[in-house]
Amino acid sequence: MLRLLSGLCAFLLTLSPAQAYLAYVSNEKGNTVSVIDTNKWEVVRTIKVGQRPRGIEFTKDQKYVLVAVGDDDTIQMIDTKTNEIVDTLPSGPDPELFVQDHDGKILYVANENDNTVTVIDIEKRARLGDVQVGVEPEGMGISPDGKFIVNTSETTNMAHFIDIATRKIFANVLVDARPRFAEFKQDGSELWVSAEIGGTVSIIDPAKREIKKKIGFEIAGLRREAIQPVGIGIMRDGRTGFVALGPANRVAIIDATTHQVTKYLLVGQRVWHLAFTPDEKYLLTTNGVSNDVSIIDVAAQRVIKTIQVGELPWGITISRQ
Amino acid sequence: MVRHLIAACVLLALTSVALAQPVEIRIGYVRGAEATAAISLIDIPPADAGLAGARLAIEDNNTTGKFLDQRFVLEEVTLKAADDPAAAVRMLSERGITLLIADLAPDALLTAADAGRERGVLLFNAGATDDRLREEDCRANLIHTAPTRSMLADGLAQYLVWKKWRRWLFVVGSHPNDRLFADALRRAAARFGAKIVQERVFADTGGARRTDSGITQIQRQIPLFTQSAPEYDVLVAADESEVFASYLPYRTWDPRPVAGSAGLIPKSWDPAHDQWGAEQLQNRFMAMFARRMSALDGQAWVAARMIGEAASRGRTEPKAMLEYFKGPEFTLAAFKGQRLTLRDWNLQLRQPILLADGRVIVSVSPQEGFLHQVSELDTLGTDRPETKCRLK
Repeated sequence: MLRLLSGLCAFLLTLSPAQAYLAYVSNEKGNTVSVIDTNKWEVVRTIKVGQRPRGIEFTKDQKYVLVAVGDDDTIQMIDTKTNEIVDTLPSGPDPELFVQDHDGKILYVANENDNTVTVIDIEKRARLGDVQVGVEPEGMGISPDGKFIVNTSETTNMAHFIDIATRKIFANVLVDARPRFAEFKQDGSELWVSAEIGGTVSIIDPAKREIKKKIGFEIAGLRREAIQPVGIGIMRDGRTGFVALGPANRVAIIDATTHQVTKYLLVGQRVWHLAFTPDEKYLLTTNGVSNDVSIIDVAAQRVIKTIQVGELPWGITISRQ
Repeated sequence: MVRHLIAACVLLALTSVALAQPVEIRIGYVRGAEATAAISLIDIPPADAGLAGARLAIEDNNTTGKFLDQRFVLEEVTLKAADDPAAAVRMLSERGITLLIADLAPDALLTAADAGRERGVLLFNAGATDDRLREEDCRANLIHTAPTRSMLADGLAQYLVWKKWRRWLFVVGSHPNDRLFADALRRAAARFGAKIVQERVFADTGGARRTDSGITQIQRQIPLFTQSAPEYDVLVAADESEVFASYLPYRTWDPRPVAGSAGLIPKSWDPAHDQWGAEQLQNRFMAMFARRMSALDGQAWVAARMIGEAASRGRTEPKAMLEYFKGPEFTLAAFKGQRLTLRDWNLQLRQPILLADGRVIVSVSPQEGFLHQVSELDTLGTDRPETKCRLK
């Protein structure tokens, strides 16, 4: 009997799912946020938000999900307990992507429409100032030491390095056409910037502010123009990177030491952005044209599931627990 | 000795001041003064048509230039009918302006290009769609950001064929430009498998486009003109001269859609285009000029942005710029969903073609399924193997 029970327990334990997280996906055309339970791999809730939601992030304290609703010129705050919009943050016109400082107090927002990065005090919901950057700011990254942020401007084709203390640009690195996303390695040794139209990812040495390598992509049977790198995810150990390739409908897996592409995974159509579950077991991708999210098993390097979400999914953020 | 030292110091100070000055990149904008008539009030070009696009690109270039110590300046020259384009090019080049954006009629453009040739002037054709400028009359110092008529016609034909509207009733205007557009459309029909079931000419008998009671007559005239046609799917009109095409929709004898110079119109840019980040450019344009951005504005914007792009990559002189544009490194982001590059055999910019109905963008060509070994954009217009251009 006891053996039977312990056997049953062992069976139940293996069945017992991994830690469940919640993934919030912004649907650019649907004006909604889909909430995915990573345990069941299904949409458990759909939240109505403002016009054209794109950039989306959990606050560091996990109390809110912030979503930039570009056509309403603001950032909405979704209370993660009630899943209701409870407040807004005063961004500039057409906010798109943003990044928080390490304490989760200050938000840096790229405003696509007026060539500025807006600095916002999250708790006070107050605008602290602006930094003038290039034309059409988009990608936002923060250095692991928390000393500077990086903004990419799509028509100026630069990564602007902005000192957090002085809020001044102290360096600019010219990259390929239409840079959309900036991601640091956790040890701060590299900054990856994707260029959507240029079709490359520039690996920048953040200390020297120089490009040390460019990753190009070649997929048999696919024309060059269709390969448009956007979202980037780099694993915590800094050994593997993932790059979403837009209308190429693929995610490239990159050996982050040699910067060679090792594999292409077919996902949904026009893949935009990526997010890891906190345990890094899974990588979720938003697929704009096919209205779905692909789940990649990171260790197995394959797509295990596709989940339908709202119309034109764009951004994604995943809870820490 | 001391005096020499002081002189040296002064010189040094002056030099370092000079070094701190931003590099100035001056661009000429040369255009003709001909006014264009249009059937619809909405289509009458504003006084700064084209020019406004270049001005906005200069702003964009200068925002980038701020970080690179580069400053872009636009010098505008409007030629009167009697003015010699060659003299304008000489005047500008004598003042050190060797990068020119041109919105000129084909012959004036060739005169300008030839006058600029020995002076090392690089020209960007932002206005003329004539295929011959990229074919038998191509020039080695003349880049084209305007699409050709055949690119426009191919973009339209691909969509009509995809839609399975293969039987065309073809109506052509009586002016030379109408005939050139008609040639491009005929070629497109043959290339992509459409059939012209009948061709009619709408002769321009003169008269004003705007009259107080004209609409009464048009309502009788157009059904009559389109009566007794063989079975067809779509009426395709070639009327660059704006004599009749805009009268066709809703007035044809048979209830059929209209495309070409009215209805579904192929263009390089349109005020309604908002995909791929285009909304930001449209907003910047609107904020600056309080009007919408036309195809000509778009073509001039692209020309000035090409110069800005080359300059930001360290190519500030015409010769180095041209090399860069022709090479594999050059890609331009221009809100068309993919990179724009240059056809190195005739200096035509590759670009998707928008199909606009005056309200929204209906589709963007090349259409899915029209394949090409190099670039699907080369399914639009004359391709390398067929070109008559020999760049010298």
